Parts: sequence; structure tokens; C-alpha cells
Amino acid sequence: MEHTTRTINSLRVEHITKRFPGVLACDDISLSIGKGEVLALVGENGAGKTTLMNVLMGLYHPDEGKIFINDEEVHFKSPNDAFACGIGMVHQQYMLVPNMTVLENIALGYKQAWKGLKLDLALVRRQVKDVIGKYGLTVDPDAYIWQLSVGEQQRVELVKTLCLGARFLILDEPTSALTPQETDELIVLLKRMAGELSIIFISHKLQEVKDLSSKVAILRHGKVVFQGTTSDHSSSDIAALMTGHEVVLPHNTGEACCLGPMLQLKNLKARSDRGFLALDDLSLYVCKGEIVGLAGVSGNGQRELAEVINGLRHVESGQILFDGQDIANFTPAQVIDAGMGYIPEERNTEGIVPSFSMKENFILKDSTSSQFNRHAFLNNKEIDRNANELREKFDIRSPNIEVAAGSLSGGNIQKVILAREISRNPKFLIAVYPTRGLDMGAAEFIHKQLLQKRNEGVGILLISEELDEITNLSDQVAVIFKGKIQKVLPSSKASRRRLGILMAGVKDDEEI
Amino acid sequence: MTKRFNTGYKITVIILSILVAMLIGAVILIAIGADVLKTYLVILTEPLKNKIGITEVLLRMIPLTIVALGITVAYRSGIINIGAEGQMAIGILATTAIALLFPNLPSYVLIPFAILAGALGGAFWGFIPGFLKAKLEVSELLSTVMLNYIAAQLYTFFLRGPMLDPAELTMGSGTPQSMRLTRNLDLTRLIPGTRLHSGIFIAIALALLIYLLLWKTSYGFKMRAAGAQERAARYGGINVPKYLIIAMVISGAFAGMAGAIEIAGVHRRAIEGVTSGYGFSGIVVALFGGLHPAGILPAAFFFGLLLYGADMTQRLVGVPANMVQVLQGVIILVIVSSKMILANPYLQQRVETKWLALTKQSRKEVQA
Repeated sequence: MEHTTRTINSLRVEHITKRFPGVLACDDISLSIGKGEVLALVGENGAGKTTLMNVLMGLYHPDEGKIFINDEEVHFKSPNDAFACGIGMVHQQYMLVPNMTVLENIALGYKQAWKGLKLDLALVRRQVKDVIGKYGLTVDPDAYIWQLSVGEQQRVELVKTLCLGARFLILDEPTSALTPQETDELIVLLKRMAGELSIIFISHKLQEVKDLSSKVAILRHGKVVFQGTTSDHSSSDIAALMTGHEVVLPHNTGEACCLGPMLQLKNLKARSDRGFLALDDLSLYVCKGEIVGLAGVSGNGQRELAEVINGLRHVESGQILFDGQDIANFTPAQVIDAGMGYIPEERNTEGIVPSFSMKENFILKDSTSSQFNRHAFLNNKEIDRNANELREKFDIRSPNIEVAAGSLSGGNIQKVILAREISRNPKFLIAVYPTRGLDMGAAEFIHKQLLQKRNEGVGILLISEELDEITNLSDQVAVIFKGKIQKVLPSSKASRRRLGILMAGVKDDEEI
Repeated sequence: MTKRFNTGYKITVIILSILVAMLIGAVILIAIGADVLKTYLVILTEPLKNKIGITEVLLRMIPLTIVALGITVAYRSGIINIGAEGQMAIGILATTAIALLFPNLPSYVLIPFAILAGALGGAFWGFIPGFLKAKLEVSELLSTVMLNYIAAQLYTFFLRGPMLDPAELTMGSGTPQSMRLTRNLDLTRLIPGTRLHSGIFIAIALALLIYLLLWKTSYGFKMRAAGAQERAARYGGINVPKYLIIAMVISGAFAGMAGAIEIAGVHRRAIEGVTSGYGFSGIVVALFGGLHPAGILPAAFFFGLLLYGADMTQRLVGVPANMVQVLQGVIILVIVSSKMILANPYLQQRVETKWLALTKQSRKEVQA
């Protein structure tokens, strides 16, 4: 396909249908976007958003339907064709080489700069400067990728896509890995860019849909159930249309009362994988029947804290008193036996064994328990019964209990983990980013389950970056910064602003 | 329907990969100026034409199966055992030592005792790389291969020194081999006039055992979890290093047993070249059999056929038997590639839709 530089005045898809094994991913979808418009594509996990975008990018061929650019029908045989038409996509996972500079990364795909074996870096540099100046992106072309934060890497992706000639941007959940501050910056940036480009972005977060988009399209089960102008509808309208029912994220309304400490962390010190002190004299306690939300920008020791408590990381010094017993440097199995439940950050690689079936994942921690095991032989009848019960109770949408857990959608994987952890009747639960990347419906479900456990007297340490999630659910909010607890305050006093200041490392003096 | 289609699809891909491997092999055969059709015909059909041929194929199937079962346990637990050749050699030494030391034990004591010794010898040789990997993160690819060399030298040392047949000393021919071991160690020959021995039943029983171990017990569950996703296994409270070591011990024990049975059933003395590449062919058999006992048994038969057929090509068509090793290499490459095809559910979906459409059409035609 010819490489054109014509502007894209309109992009239209008509009656796109795409089937996958056992799933109708896109069902007769028609959409159109004009120049300068920002379309927000929202919908639950598995509603078909990413599939639709992959069709637009030429990664998948639609089974039925047509794509029009400037009212001319186009056929994309590969991503190169889509790219030649000026459509560029920034994926959730960034595709950058860490030990190369920003400039070199951009040069990799920049065909005009390659003359035989010679690479004209000066040409790339000029082009990068142009793009940076035009849109006011702040990126240092000579920085190495590994030196950059996630937000900066995303800007590199944007610059890369624009340099390579994209005039129509597709962003797949652009804010899912960003801190609140970086999210705000990105939204300002995208608004500025929207003057010259058309943008489609996929998102779960209704706030940014309201802030950024001019049009919104809602997908459910592969169908467009709603299209309209964003400003005409409130976030709760959109949420209701997305899930098909009214979504009210539950709030913690219980009385904050301490039924005695369940988990006490005393002066913990532990090192990160790279060898620096990730937990530096950290102390915190959580009571029975209490949710303590741990707020903080990711990378301040949250991962290490969760691993240390669960016996997955070595404790250099300090105590972890769990129900009166010091469990520091216990093996993971001993911690589990002590009654600890853990919803890990990496749900796809740590929370489940992806190639194992759903029912096998339910017994990951219990293959030797007397319930599922008799004289070393697995009790398949009981395993099946348990799996069917949990699948029903936790509303896990899967064809059956034999499917590989890794083939489920993110929300359903999280439900599998939650079902396993809760059904084990833990005394305490550590939940790390439990709803990251999940849609409203799944998040609502998980929040309800956590609150119910709290009301049953289970202590919960909730580690999250979503301030709303933390303030909605927690009794106490603790803020972590550089491996230390900055401050613990009751949820009622934890305003967004105050938490934001504390998370940035500024000592809070409001109370003094 | 779908499940049946799934299995059918997998088998079809495997059969196609055999065909592709044979096509590539044909190119090589043409290059060395051989008659392609005749060579393949000899390899695949000649051995099955008479009793001796069939029993010889089954005979080769025994060590292949047992080694492949051991490889499977290791592979499923996340460790790649390339050291079966060495583990086999150590197993043979242990078996020989027992037979030389206790020649007067009755069969029903000596045979289990000697095979157990072989298993222990192999287990020890498997334990070393397992331990090094679990505790010091030494790559098993390096350690198992290096241990193969050490085992080979040890084997030669014992056959030329402490275990050398006294008759060789007096005769002075110096062939490095042990004396004819006691008849109490002999495994029964099943069919008169052939070499097929009762080890075949042991191989089949072991296949069943491994199936039960890996898929029906909590030990197997933990091993498979550790192999499939180490992080999740650790998270689930599974002591991954411990199960790595156990898996390597089992893997080595199986290779050692294969050696012991080969001695007791076929050679009846330790000679050089008993392992004859079974340790490596076992890896191919394990992969070819889909790392599952139910697949390993037919895969071992197929490779037994290839190995024996290759001997015949040398005699009948003048193609060197080493051609089979070339074929083995090609088959590994093709299998690894076909895994990519199997892993693509979209392709499978497309094939299934077409297949359904085809069968529907033909059914209509039948009705009409």
C-alpha cells in the first residue's frame, strides 16, 4: 500500500464482525471518527475493544465489515498497511529497547533514515525535535530507556508513533500504568494533540473519559450499545451502560474499631532485587476486622512489603507479628499455614499457573490438604465439586472448570485468585492492586467481597494506587514513601489532596 | 466433538511433522545419491516383516521408553535433563557391581536388587545437577552435559580396570568389558529365538507409574506447577528447589534403570557402547510423545523402528545407519516448529470451521 501523508479527515468502520474460538468478539460494530475528535471506547474486560483496535491496526482481519478512510474503502493486510495510512497505536506494553537511547529506539523504525547500512541519526534527531516542539512533549532524545519512568517511556512511544507519521492515534489503556500525576499530565498533553489529530483511546476510568473525550462509544459483549457526545452524559450513566446495570462502588460504612492487632510490622528492613533498601525501618499494624489502605506511588516498597510478609523475600531485620507469632523469614508454605491470604500484584504469572486448568489453580495452595488429598492421591471428585461451587459463587465466566486459567480475561483471573484466597478462610488478607486494569463491574464485585470479609473480622492490607479505591474501602489509610510509612490517618481525614502531598514525600503538618 | 477434534488436530500436526521431516531427509538422501523411496521403505517396513524384526524393534523400545519417562518428569518440572546418557552409564556400573559381588543370590532377590542399584546410581548422577541448579542456579544444560563426559570416562575406567573380565587378562585381547554376569541376573526371554525380554513389562508398568505420579498425586501436581510457572508455585507455598531435586533424582533413576535392564535383558555383561545414544534419543522420544506416557509408548516404538530400520538400510540399500541420527535431528527441529502451530488457536479455529463445513457437505451428499 502506498505511503500517504494525506490527513485523515474521517475514519469509519461499518458492520465489523470478528469471531474467535467460541467467542464472538466483535458483533456488527459501526463507528466513525472525524478530524480533531477524541473517541473514548469503554466497556468491560472482554467486551471486544482490543479486538476492534487490532482490526483497525491490521493485526486481525475482520470476518465481515469494511473500513473507510476519507470515505475510501481500505483493506489492511498487515500492520504495515494500517501504518502506511497513518494509523498508529500505542500498546499497553511499550515496545522499546531498554539499553538504547530514545533517539536510537525511534530510528529503529524510521525507514527514511536508513540508507543501505548507514543510519542518518541527524535526520531522526531533526524529526524528533520537530515533533517534540510541535506538541510540547518533554522527552530527552539522548536518555536511555531504562533511565526513564513509565510515564516518560509512554511519551517516547507517543513521539515514536508521531515521528513515524501517524496522523490517527490509537491508545490502549494509556493510563493503566501511570501515577495520578502522570495521568493528569498525559490528559493535558492529549488534549493539546487532539487539535491536529484524531484519537481513539480505550479506558476503564470514567473520569478520564469525561476529561478527555468528545465522543464515547460503549461496547458490551462485542456490540456497540451506546454512542454519543461525552458532555451529555454523567460518569454514572456511562458506568451503568457499560455493565448493563447501575454500578455503585461500595463504601466502607462500618465503624472503625480495633478488635486487637492481627498483623504488626516492626522496624522492617528488606532489600529489593537490585540490592537497595526497599523497606527501610517500616512499621505498621492492622487490626482484626479492619482494612488498612496503603497508598503510594508504585515502586516505593509496596511489592517488597507484600513479598516479605508472605515469605517470598528475605527480611534483614525487624519483626512481623502475625496473631502474636513472629513470621519473619518463614517459608511461603509456613506463612500460608499460619492463615495468610495473598492476592499478588502479578495476577497472570504469580497468582495462577496459566497453563493449569481453573480447577487445578483452585487447589494451588491445598494439593496436600486432607480435603483434596488421600494418601498422596488427588481427590478429583472433591476438586471438581469445589471448582464448580467457586465458579458459581464468584460468578467466574468460563466455558467450564477445565479451561486453562491463563486463557481467561483479567477480571476472571482475578476472580479465580480471589475465590481461592477467600475460600481458604484466611485470618488475614493482603491484596495488591486488586482491581488494576479491571472494569467497573469486576471492581465492584471484588470490593464487595473485600468489605464482606472485613465485616466477618478478617484484617486486610490493601495496597493500591487508586486513591478512590483506598478511601472507599479503608478504615485507616497509610502512606508509603521510599520504604517508610509517611503517615497513618483515618479514612475520613484522607482527602485526595492530602494523600497526594504525602505520596510525593512531603511531610504532613496539617494536624500540628 | 471439540475435544475429539482437538486430539485429532494434534495427531494430524504430528503426523504432518513426520512427513515434513522425511521430506527434508529425502533431500539429504538425494544429496548422498541414495534411492529415497527404497530407503524409507526399508526403514519403515522391513523390520515389521518378520518375528525377529518386530521383537528387535520392541527390544529397542524398552530403554527408549524408560529414559523418555524420566526425561518427562524432569521436563515437566522445569528442568531439562540432557544427562540421561551419563546416568545410564552410572546405573550400569552399579548393576554390574552388585552382580559381580553377589553372584549367588537367587534371581528373585538379585534382579530387583540389581535394578534398584542401577536406579540409585542414576539417581545419584541426576541429583548432582539437580542440587547444583536448585541451590546455586547452575544451568542444568551445562552440568548434565559435562557429567556425561565424566560418566563416560568413569565407565571406561571401570571396564578397563576393576571390572575387566579376568578372561580378557589371561587372553590378553584387552577388550574393555566385564565378565559374563551371573545367570541369576538374566531377564527371561519371552519368545524363543529372539532377544525380547521381560523388561518390556517393566517399561509399560513404569509408564503407568509416571502417569499416576504426575497427574494423579499431589507430588506430581507440585512438580508440574513448579515446571509450568515457578513464580506461581513459589507463591502457592511449593518448595520449588526441593521438587527440582526430586524430579532430577527420579529422572536419573529412570535412566539408571534403563541401563540396568539393558544389561540384565540384552547384553548380560557391561560392554562399551551399551548406552549407544539412548540417553539422547530418549529426549526426542519424550518430546515426540508430547511429554506424556500415552504418547511416549508409541513414540518409542516409532524410534525403535527407525533405529533398527537404519541398521537394515546399511545392509540392504547401502545407506549409512547414521542417517537416522540426521533424521532425528530434523524431527526435533520440525517438532519444535510444529509446537508453534499447535499453540495458535486461531489457525485451529479456521481449520475446524472448514472441517465442519466439509463434513456437513459430504453428509448432505451422502443423504442425497
